[in-house]
Amino acid sequence: MVYSLPEEVLEHVFSFITLDKDRNAVSLVCKSWYEIERWCRRRIFVGNCYAVSPSIMTRRFPEVRSVELKGKPHFADFNLVPEGWGGFACPWISEMSRAYPWLEEIRLKRMVVTDESLELISTSFKNFKVLVLSSCEGFSTDGLAAIAANCRNLRKLDLRESEVMDLSGHWLSHFPNTCTSLESLNIACLGSEVSFSALERLVGRSPNLKILRLNRAVPLEKLSTLLCRAPQLVELGTGAYSSGIRSDVYSSLSKAFLGCKELKGLSGFWDVDPSYLLAFYSVCSRLTSLNLSYATIRSPDITKVISQCPNLQRLWVLDHVEDSGLNAVALSCKDLRELRVFPSDPYIADANVTLTEQGLVSVSEGCPKLQSVLYFCRQMSNSALITIARNRPNLICFRLCVIEPRAPDYLTLEPLDVGFGAIVEHCKELRRLSLSGLLTDRVFEYIGRHAKRLEMLSIAFAGNSDLGLHHVLSGCDGLRKLEIRDCPFGDKALLANVAKLETMRSLWMSSCAVSYGACKFLSQKMPMLNVEVIDENGSLDSRFDSCPVEKLYIYRTVAGPRSDMPGYIRTIDRDRVNTIS
Amino acid sequence: MSISIEEHDYIGLSEVNMEKKACEVANNNKDLNLKATELRLGLPGSESPEREAVNGGVIKNLVAGAKRGFSDTINGGSGKWVFSVNGGSEVDLVKNGGGLFSCSKVENMNSGLGVGSVKESAVLASPKPVLLEKKVQVSANSSNGQTSAPAPKQQVVGWPPIRSFRKNTMAVSHTKNEEETDGKMGSGCLYVKVSMDGAPYLRKVDLEIYSSYLDLSSALEKMFSCFTIGQYGSHGAPTRDGLSESRLMDLLHGSEYVLTYEDKDGDWMLVGDVPWDMFIRSCKRMRIMKSSDAIGLAPRAMEKCRNRT
Repeated sequence: MVYSLPEEVLEHVFSFITLDKDRNAVSLVCKSWYEIERWCRRRIFVGNCYAVSPSIMTRRFPEVRSVELKGKPHFADFNLVPEGWGGFACPWISEMSRAYPWLEEIRLKRMVVTDESLELISTSFKNFKVLVLSSCEGFSTDGLAAIAANCRNLRKLDLRESEVMDLSGHWLSHFPNTCTSLESLNIACLGSEVSFSALERLVGRSPNLKILRLNRAVPLEKLSTLLCRAPQLVELGTGAYSSGIRSDVYSSLSKAFLGCKELKGLSGFWDVDPSYLLAFYSVCSRLTSLNLSYATIRSPDITKVISQCPNLQRLWVLDHVEDSGLNAVALSCKDLRELRVFPSDPYIADANVTLTEQGLVSVSEGCPKLQSVLYFCRQMSNSALITIARNRPNLICFRLCVIEPRAPDYLTLEPLDVGFGAIVEHCKELRRLSLSGLLTDRVFEYIGRHAKRLEMLSIAFAGNSDLGLHHVLSGCDGLRKLEIRDCPFGDKALLANVAKLETMRSLWMSSCAVSYGACKFLSQKMPMLNVEVIDENGSLDSRFDSCPVEKLYIYRTVAGPRSDMPGYIRTIDRDRVNTIS
Repeated sequence: MSISIEEHDYIGLSEVNMEKKACEVANNNKDLNLKATELRLGLPGSESPEREAVNGGVIKNLVAGAKRGFSDTINGGSGKWVFSVNGGSEVDLVKNGGGLFSCSKVENMNSGLGVGSVKESAVLASPKPVLLEKKVQVSANSSNGQTSAPAPKQQVVGWPPIRSFRKNTMAVSHTKNEEETDGKMGSGCLYVKVSMDGAPYLRKVDLEIYSSYLDLSSALEKMFSCFTIGQYGSHGAPTRDGLSESRLMDLLHGSEYVLTYEDKDGDWMLVGDVPWDMFIRSCKRMRIMKSSDAIGLAPRAMEKCRNRT
């Protein structure tokens, strides 16, 4: 006698299972579980929009409320992916508008979104609540106006670092007076001025507004007005933070900050005038997140602020913080989880700033909960890296950028192999790693041997030979994303680890030594992979298999070759085994 | 602007010859191949490819040179990435197309190959074609100590890895600070999009790396020539010769296209009317448009200029 729980019960049980990988596991148990699960999955995450097609998604999961998609490869952030490559949101949005009338949330990253798509979103989903466009492009403020005007229940509009065609600031006025549902608004990336009175009224009628990130164009003198309208804010991104020396502005600002009892996160701070920094002292003790990475203030001022923030969990700063500032962090911020130090002048050979490896070492010593690091500096040593690794075996994300490519250990002039080796050996939970400095194949040997949980690896100007790449591909069991530039990795390692490529989301290789012939081979032998040969300059001579490929992007897919490739991506005819003419 | 006839434009000139040279070099370097790097694995039934990956970087360098047509002045065998100055004026620094493709200096990583690599690159570089002239930027590594101010680094596309939003934001901050200090230093880069009427996709250029309108326009000519003359078909035939280049220049300098830009106020102006420095500060994006569409721009530009000064 077969006894099974009724569907409703199973569905209810499954509703507690939220992680995608758990959901996927559930769906593999048996056919009936697969069916039940697919009808009740509400959130979808597609890490590569070309790995699957919109219709495959809607066919399998008919009742989705939230979709997150990522488009271009990560290196697109650094202008390595040519324009027109792809990542078009349109087909996804069209399909979702047809299949998911109850869709509430759309999150897109590195995708091309048009005004038409935004308009379609605004009219297709009656209960639309959340729109996050992270590093997206292709749309203008007209599209935003449509969203503002038509989404009656909009809760979140977040334009993180997107490139928006700024036609006018009037789009904000399109939020109807009846719209009171806004909880989060991030317009920090917009260049032009939004209508301030519209903004003020919007803020004033949004009692649930918790996150507000203004753009640079909002002047400091207006900030206190907004703060007084929204004392319930939890996260604030200021506009420009300078205003000449005006005591009235200062006092009203500091009074306004005093009123914000819930404020935990601060960002913005463009064009900072240090004399206004004291205005938010009253919130410092509560701050868990502080982003001063656009503030060109100097070390003593930064240090003064940081020393007031004992509860800081996330700190983003420029290298103006210097080693002395980081020492202060190590002393004061015992709860620090994430540190990012950006370069203020990356293109100057000798910056006038005393930020060295010592700053990071101090923080690794003083902050026991530190788990995520992004650090740009000009010198590094193996001993520092070993110390950091020993201090912080709980690191999950370690991204180090020594600004000069192939810079050796500045003390011993040796490669930094041993230092990074220590990082992967001690930090057993490391999920993300970015390498820099002078590195030989040895570092990859260490990585292959130890970095078993590593999911994303970024390599630049490193290694000696294919053996390096082979170590990584054969050793890193959990590897999902691998991006490589300017390394002497060629065909051998790739062709020796072909099966690995199907277990990964994607592989990017630019300015390496992979040949066109190898790409053809991969493409023909591995139907589950799309092998995109990017030949921007038209210099690839497809008659010669040994011709090196400029840029290569390989990703697994169930959707087959894509139909929206620009002309500079060489299509490789899978049916033909011989050379393409 | 001098453009030597032997200049290999970035699309590629006589790839066939370059390919042959590359193979010769590859053969010569076989004995330098490290045994340790020989991998014999592969799919059952497949043959491991002939290509020696160790030399991959070197070969790439050569073909890349052919493709790019610049002279790699390599700091002899030291493996340093930064270009060094060989007597001031004759530095031909490379920055093609404002970072459209990685200006990769895939030098020999293995110091053992150092000398060989330098020689090979020298073979290629002998005609020293001048593709772009950048304002002379002295590497801080050069020990001549001619400049007292910290010098801007040679730029590699996408390095250091900083997002465009941050770069552009900091560029604006620097510009504001520059007004207080004397001496202008490029803050790094300023990417703007360049579209061309009729082209299937646009390009991005880094305005910071050009020093004059002449620089910029010749770079744009190279970038968009493939769209005007027709996409490159078979690579064997040398389609680049003096004739077609001058035809291209005619297209752009002549009546067919004009270069326009959108400034901070959102107005579209003709490129060239304002001083270069003012231009790079106010240009948000550019468009190569058909002259017929550009009627009426010129007078506005002049007027605006007058209103500004």
